[in-house]
Amino acid sequence: MASKSAGKEAVEIIGEAGPGCKKQDPIIVADHVKKAFGGLVAVDVEHIEIPRNRITALIGPNGAGKSTLFNLLTGFDQPDSGEWYFDGTPLAGRSPHTLPALGLVRTFQLTKVLGLLTVMENMKLAARNQIGEKILPSLFSWLWRKQDAELEIKAGEILARFKLFEKKEDFAASLSGGQRKLLEMARALMVEPRLVMLDEPMAGVNPALTESLLHHIADLKVQGMTVLFVEHDMAMVRNIADWVIVMAEGKLVAEGEPETVLKNPAVIDAYLGSHQDVDLGVATGRVTLPKSTPASER
Amino acid sequence: MDFGLILINALGELISPTTAAYALAAIGLSVHFGYTGLLNFGQAGYMLVGAYGFAMPSLAGWPLWSAFLIAIGMSLLLSVILGLPTLRLRADYLAIVTISSAEILRFVVSSTSLTDTTGGQQGLNGFSASFAALNPIPEGTYGIGLLSYNAYDTWVRVFGWGLVALAGLTVYLLMRSPWGRTLKGIREDEDAARSLGKNTFVFKMQALVFGGVLGSLAGVLFILPRSLQPGNYATTLTFFVWAILLLGGAATIWGPIVGSMVFWVALSLTQGILFGAIEAGYADFMSIQQAAQIRFILVGLVVMLLVIFRPQGFFGNKKELSFGV
Repeated sequence: MASKSAGKEAVEIIGEAGPGCKKQDPIIVADHVKKAFGGLVAVDVEHIEIPRNRITALIGPNGAGKSTLFNLLTGFDQPDSGEWYFDGTPLAGRSPHTLPALGLVRTFQLTKVLGLLTVMENMKLAARNQIGEKILPSLFSWLWRKQDAELEIKAGEILARFKLFEKKEDFAASLSGGQRKLLEMARALMVEPRLVMLDEPMAGVNPALTESLLHHIADLKVQGMTVLFVEHDMAMVRNIADWVIVMAEGKLVAEGEPETVLKNPAVIDAYLGSHQDVDLGVATGRVTLPKSTPASER
Repeated sequence: MDFGLILINALGELISPTTAAYALAAIGLSVHFGYTGLLNFGQAGYMLVGAYGFAMPSLAGWPLWSAFLIAIGMSLLLSVILGLPTLRLRADYLAIVTISSAEILRFVVSSTSLTDTTGGQQGLNGFSASFAALNPIPEGTYGIGLLSYNAYDTWVRVFGWGLVALAGLTVYLLMRSPWGRTLKGIREDEDAARSLGKNTFVFKMQALVFGGVLGSLAGVLFILPRSLQPGNYATTLTFFVWAILLLGGAATIWGPIVGSMVFWVALSLTQGILFGAIEAGYADFMSIQQAAQIRFILVGLVVMLLVIFRPQGFFGNKKELSFGV
């Protein structure tokens, strides 16, 4: 329901849709990104492009390398090789703390709200270029009071949108799992990003908050941002993603619009390959199991 | 047993310059551990470089301000040397290098080959002349009854507690600012702070330097009423400062100050009572030396009980900070 208001938009691709296909004016372009942990190749991506001002879902079975790719792109992990660009700016070798200034912000699979700070402090902490964050000016409150007050107003507006305004004076540790996900997303917006990377935004969120979270993600696009998210929940992927990229064993295996990709037998195979207990998709009827699946794979 | 004298002695500890020095060192440690989560187990090392940095130039006849600047400069240098390789790593690495560097420093300054410069095992004395010369307090005795001090002792107390108050105020101003907010964020989850564009290395280095400067000033304060003995800078010194910090509450303004007062008053009281008991013949089973040791066994016991029953210290907010780094 919420996603309808945002509306799905087509991704303009150059050539055929497929793993690593080129797009019109992508926001992220990465080449030959490879990372091995010992003998295990976690990520081996030849070429990937993330379309601008669209919602792209990165899916794949556990251990496919989705989160590792996230960590590599955002500098939290160093690849063995590869280069990647955000809006033309090379990111390889950059420290993660330099990325928000470029307009790129990420969240984490295990929510990283700062539980011992209040919700409002969490929000204000995220703002960039704060005068009071430099050690000498911080001593003189008249230098930063005004800016801090402005940040508080801005944070209050975002919190109100995320229905967390009443909680602003509470320690973030007192929030529920879903509220923490909301706060982490709200906090990311304080950075004023152009690209938001969400690592499993739905993990551990109770169904009552799912709808609201979906709405907020769809809303980011309306506000002109690009979203890249990792997700296991196929319903969510269908609901809001404009584009789906599938990873398995570190490689891109499929790419395209959600309706097409989620019917792709290779994709279903990739999921079932490491999910023989059929907990994803099939059990809930979200993905139809092809009749030809050999019994030995179940 | 003269309970009156025991009490007076304990009251004297409340405002003694040593108590002030420990309070200042604990404020520095509070910046490190309490607010930033840096595990500094070498506060004795910072106090040592402060003490020698002050005493050696003073003995060479350099002006007082330069002796203070050198004491501060030495702690800056120590922070950079310790911080550069370890602040990008996990918290435990800083703990390892701080505890070992403090010991290295102690062995170096007390080595026989350096007797001409550092005084070796004998340490140094006679370095506080220029500080005494600055004393604005006229000759005479100040105080009430048994708690009276001569002009120099009064000057050291006024200066020491003034320094503690200034440090406490500075920490208060820093920690209510966005800078302090970011430090607390880093303390809790460094990756979260980095993902939001904070250069956590710079913040941690600033905190290490600032807390270290307070530690070195505490080192200066510590030697003003006495001679400089290298033996004072053993790991026990660091752990007393830790005990004080945990007693008062780690990420608080008043914690280190009141913690230091309680610590020294308690030590003085137990000493008075134990010694009095031995003199009066109530405790024949132990000697005076053993009684002195028992006090520190009690300190250990109190710290353990504290960790179990009141991990936030006297002033800490249990919700905000328990021992978990």
